[in-house]
Amino acid sequence: MHEEETGVMAKMSFEDAATRYGAEPGGGAPTKVKITFVDSQGQARSVEGEVGSTVMETARRNDIPEIAAECGGACACATCHVYVDEKWAEKTGKASQMEEDMLDFAFDVKPNSRLCCQITVRPELDGLVLTTPAQQG
Amino acid sequence: MNQLKEAAIETDVVIVGAGPAGLFSVFELGLLDIKAHVIDILPRAGGQCSELYPEKPIYDIPGLPVCTGQELTDNLLKQIEPFHPTFHFNEMVETLVSLGTAEKPEFRLSTDAGKIFHAKVVFIAAGGGSFQPKKPPIPKIESYEGTSVFYAVRRMEDFRDKNVVIVGGGDSALDWTLNLQPVAKSITLVHRRDQFRAAPHSVSAMQELVAAGKIDFKLGQITAVEGEDGELAGAILKGNDGVVEKLACERLMPFFGLTMKLGPVADWGLQLNENLIPVDTEKFETSHPGIFAVGDINSYPGKLKLILSGFHEVALAAQKAHRYVYPDKKLLFQYTTSSTNLQKKLGVS
Ligand SMILES: Cc1cc2nc3c(=O)[nH]c(=O)nc-3n(C[C@H](O)[C@H](O)[C@H](O)COP(=O)(O)OP(=O)(O)OC[C@H]3O[C@@H](n4cnc5c(N)ncnc54)[C@H](O)[C@@H]3O)c2cc1C
Ligand code: FES
Repeated sequence: MHEEETGVMAKMSFEDAATRYGAEPGGGAPTKVKITFVDSQGQARSVEGEVGSTVMETARRNDIPEIAAECGGACACATCHVYVDEKWAEKTGKASQMEEDMLDFAFDVKPNSRLCCQITVRPELDGLVLTTPAQQG
Repeated sequence: MNQLKEAAIETDVVIVGAGPAGLFSVFELGLLDIKAHVIDILPRAGGQCSELYPEKPIYDIPGLPVCTGQELTDNLLKQIEPFHPTFHFNEMVETLVSLGTAEKPEFRLSTDAGKIFHAKVVFIAAGGGSFQPKKPPIPKIESYEGTSVFYAVRRMEDFRDKNVVIVGGGDSALDWTLNLQPVAKSITLVHRRDQFRAAPHSVSAMQELVAAGKIDFKLGQITAVEGEDGELAGAILKGNDGVVEKLACERLMPFFGLTMKLGPVADWGLQLNENLIPVDTEKFETSHPGIFAVGDINSYPGKLKLILSGFHEVALAAQKAHRYVYPDKKLLFQYTTSSTNLQKKLGVS
């Protein structure tokens, strides 16, 4: 999916978006990985993320609370802030310059902070654990 | 009361929001001789397109294979120029009160800057809501807002001879650090890292002030505030090095960008459905005659939050608005291509 489309998709319901852009891949089993979101109260939710989509999209599709993603993935709102579990920091990689700049607009930023619309789901992220902050916007 | 009436701005229509739907409303209403005042809390036109993705390409505007958010805004502004809309930026519409009847609606709107408008019809093009400053999760911060904690500077005098703490690394944080430095007693700039997204010349100007000992710079974040009765006495800084210290200050300015909040629209007595305003799909009118809702803020079966939907909606809403503004005039369907009347309005005949 093109990055530009993600904004529109987030603004529509995902059913709408799927119909409009044919986002659900037809044929061939898509590769899925397990992603766990731990909320600010400590409750964990594990969901399936589709390789190629972003972690933010995965969260939205599964109604994960504490991910607002107001700009729909344009790296323009800092309301998809997550803390990456230490063990996964290396695999998720570092924030780009643009993402670092946007992180200035997130609250309680820590060394393991990321904007999850900027993390693409890859097979090696199977098992990824993220924590969400209490306040995004 | 009389005084208010005198001060009020009289107009055919007030458009709440200067996003793409609000801007194109000016065009469609203008073709029908309906004069518009447009109000937006942002300092410029364009709504989400200019605020969230000015440089990103849009591919689904009919007839425009590709244009950026800012290009679309600039083109819309050019397109509506012939109708001379009056813009009121940096102002939030706070109240909307109905004065008229269902057949002859009339409305009174007021902004947070104290302006009053009297309008025959209202177009709510408020999109995802008004862009408002993000408020950091500091306990009890609300009780200091407007007296000691500010998200924007309305009056420089509020900062004269005060100890001011400014948080952030963007243009707002740096601009106000530089502008308030000569006025304030002291300025401490707090930021999470020693890099700044603000314009390079502001950054170097700030760094010179730090080097000259005229302002303080601290790496870290503010986690708590102290004071009483809305009067701030100090802010607790947790440094990146883990050291916690108290910064004595009477003013705090956090700059964490903007977020979209439905805002005052929720209090206007309109029917709401999950923070959206239900409308019919013939006239895009709300539960209140004379108040229309167009663009992202409305909802109806099958609604798609796309710019092109907003364009369609405003054209149809304008037709009904005409009946309210000119109850005795018959509306002729005309093309801009061939109607000399429309072309005169567009200044192209
Ligand atoms: C990243 C991203 C990419 C997108 N890409 C596309 C795309 O490719 N194609 C497409 O068609 N759409 C796209 N969209 C959606 C599109 O931007 C919106 O549909 C469009 O901006 C809606 O226009 P609008 O005028 O209804 O509202 P908005 O653009 O949200 O503007 C509303 C304005 O009203 C103001 N306002 C609200 N309340 C008040 C008040 N009380 N007082 C004063 N002012 C007020 C706000 O400050 C704001 O400026 C995208 C959106 C995003 C975030
Ligand atoms: S969704 Fe807006 S920055 Fe990630």
